[in-house]
Amino acid sequence: MENQIAVECRGVVKDFGTGSTKQRVLHGIDWQIPIGATTFLVGPSGCGKTTLISIIAGLLTATQGYVRILDSEITKMRRGRVVRFRADHLGFIFQQFNLLPSLTAVENAAVSLVVQGSTLASAKRQASVLLDRLGMEKNKLKYPNQLSGGQQQRVAIARALVHNPQIVISDEPTASLDAETGREVMELLRQVAAAHNRAVIVVTHDNRIYPFADHIATMSDGRIESFQKNTA
Amino acid sequence: MFAIALKMLFHDRAKYLGLVLGVAFSTLLINQQLGIFIGLITRAGAVIVDVPEADIWVMDPGVKNLDTIFPLRDTELGRVRGVPGVAWAVPLYKSNVIIRTGDGELEASLLIGVDDSTLIGLPPEVVMGNIDDLRRPDAVAVSVEGFRKVWRNQPLSLGKIAELNDRRAVLVAILKDSPKFTSSITFFTRYSHALQYTNNGRNQMSFIVARSAEGSTTEEVSRTIVSRTGLQAMSAKDFRWKAIMYVVQNTGIPISIGTVVALGVLVGIAVVGLMFNLFVLENLKQFAVLKAIGTSNMRLIGMVFLQAAVVGFVGFSVGLFGATMFFETAGKSPTFQGFYLPWYVAAASGAVAAAIIILAALLAMRRVLFVDPAIVFRG
Repeated sequence: MENQIAVECRGVVKDFGTGSTKQRVLHGIDWQIPIGATTFLVGPSGCGKTTLISIIAGLLTATQGYVRILDSEITKMRRGRVVRFRADHLGFIFQQFNLLPSLTAVENAAVSLVVQGSTLASAKRQASVLLDRLGMEKNKLKYPNQLSGGQQQRVAIARALVHNPQIVISDEPTASLDAETGREVMELLRQVAAAHNRAVIVVTHDNRIYPFADHIATMSDGRIESFQKNTA
Repeated sequence: MFAIALKMLFHDRAKYLGLVLGVAFSTLLINQQLGIFIGLITRAGAVIVDVPEADIWVMDPGVKNLDTIFPLRDTELGRVRGVPGVAWAVPLYKSNVIIRTGDGELEASLLIGVDDSTLIGLPPEVVMGNIDDLRRPDAVAVSVEGFRKVWRNQPLSLGKIAELNDRRAVLVAILKDSPKFTSSITFFTRYSHALQYTNNGRNQMSFIVARSAEGSTTEEVSRTIVSRTGLQAMSAKDFRWKAIMYVVQNTGIPISIGTVVALGVLVGIAVVGLMFNLFVLENLKQFAVLKAIGTSNMRLIGMVFLQAAVVGFVGFSVGLFGATMFFETAGKSPTFQGFYLPWYVAAASGAVAAAIIILAALLAMRRVLFVDPAIVFRG
């Protein structure tokens, strides 16, 4: 299964600004991310990691090159289709969790299904099952400000997975967590995300969680320097 | 998504309350002030409303309103009656008299003298007594509010003795009339009897009120009266409108009330617009998250408009309820009689509330449309 490609980037270039203020952030990225594996994207701050995953997620457009996701070329899609594509095929986990403070844990976890068109009630039923699996049985009706960082990240994981996407993009998922909670979250992520034949892309600085990676891509100055199987 | 939009709106209770109160305050101010304005200016034509039988009013060519009257000669009545298309015409007397109240105080009062034989000119609603008793010597009728002002704290009753311009008057009926612009006390009596209370000179007839015959239009008959008599004649509706416009054009009422209404609208726009903008700004990251995980711009716009619509509807309802309660409670005061909230004022304030909320939503919508979903990846 790992031989199948979830995401393929070819010659991806990204410039910000125009004229004299133009700055090239990505210099022709070629990269293939396999299905059924957890792939880490690592590198120093400002090397272009966030820009690259934003382009893969269709949140930014590439200046040159293309990104193919699950055989669909996202860089050629019209904006409306990209938005729909994200709702159907991608799940997101953010560094700051980005839960909606006005929603309970189960409602937050249900949001991805609601975005797809489910009613809140039916989405909550599915989200509730997933939160149980993530050990959040007793906290489902709590609001984000009543949850610890680790609990909030579990809710964010549930939100990213509840609609069963093929690709999960996770940006610094452990950056706001202590080491122990970070390891728990990564373990969960590996169990519930990667185990279901998904491609999980994790952008991180946190070398303590490198053991959870199947592949590690190292970025530097807008280029992928290396991409190899993790032997750690 | 709409359920989520509403949860976002209700979560920040302080801001939600502020938004609702902004719309409510604006609605309340507009309805209260315009209701008072309508109530005030319609008083200018109250005497006309109280003579529903007549559809034509005849008067001196110089008359502009009901308060500045130049009396007509009695012979004019015969001339008007002789005009083709006039079914009937009767005299109407209107003057100010001084009344001594039960407490011995003096009050300005309006005296209406109606046709001796037909009693046309009396308000149709009799609260107490029999209007035929007006044919008795010294008999007068009084308005309900007039009774309450002249005989304070006394229950409505007949047989009371009053002094009108120092002449005896016996109360035989109490009538429900329209609130007047200048006085809340109105006495009614026969035309011939009214002249005895004032005795201002040779010509006494304030107006001639007439009815157009079947088959003739009011306008046609009015034109004929003008051409045959040289007097001013117009339909009751036109004269009422003329009296109202006189007040509008010659007093500071429209400007002062208009200023308050404009302030209400401006405060509404400023408070609601800024606060709604702030609400969206504070929730911008949440909108960005929704955008990142696949919510279309159209659905986000729908969410913002739903939030705005709920604020507008609740705020308008609260404001309208407040205005209704104001007129309901204040309307019980004798001096506030006749003020009410017309449906068209409520509808207009609804349109203003809708405009305020649409403007606020449009301003806020820009932020939602242009928020970069990629900000969710920036810690």
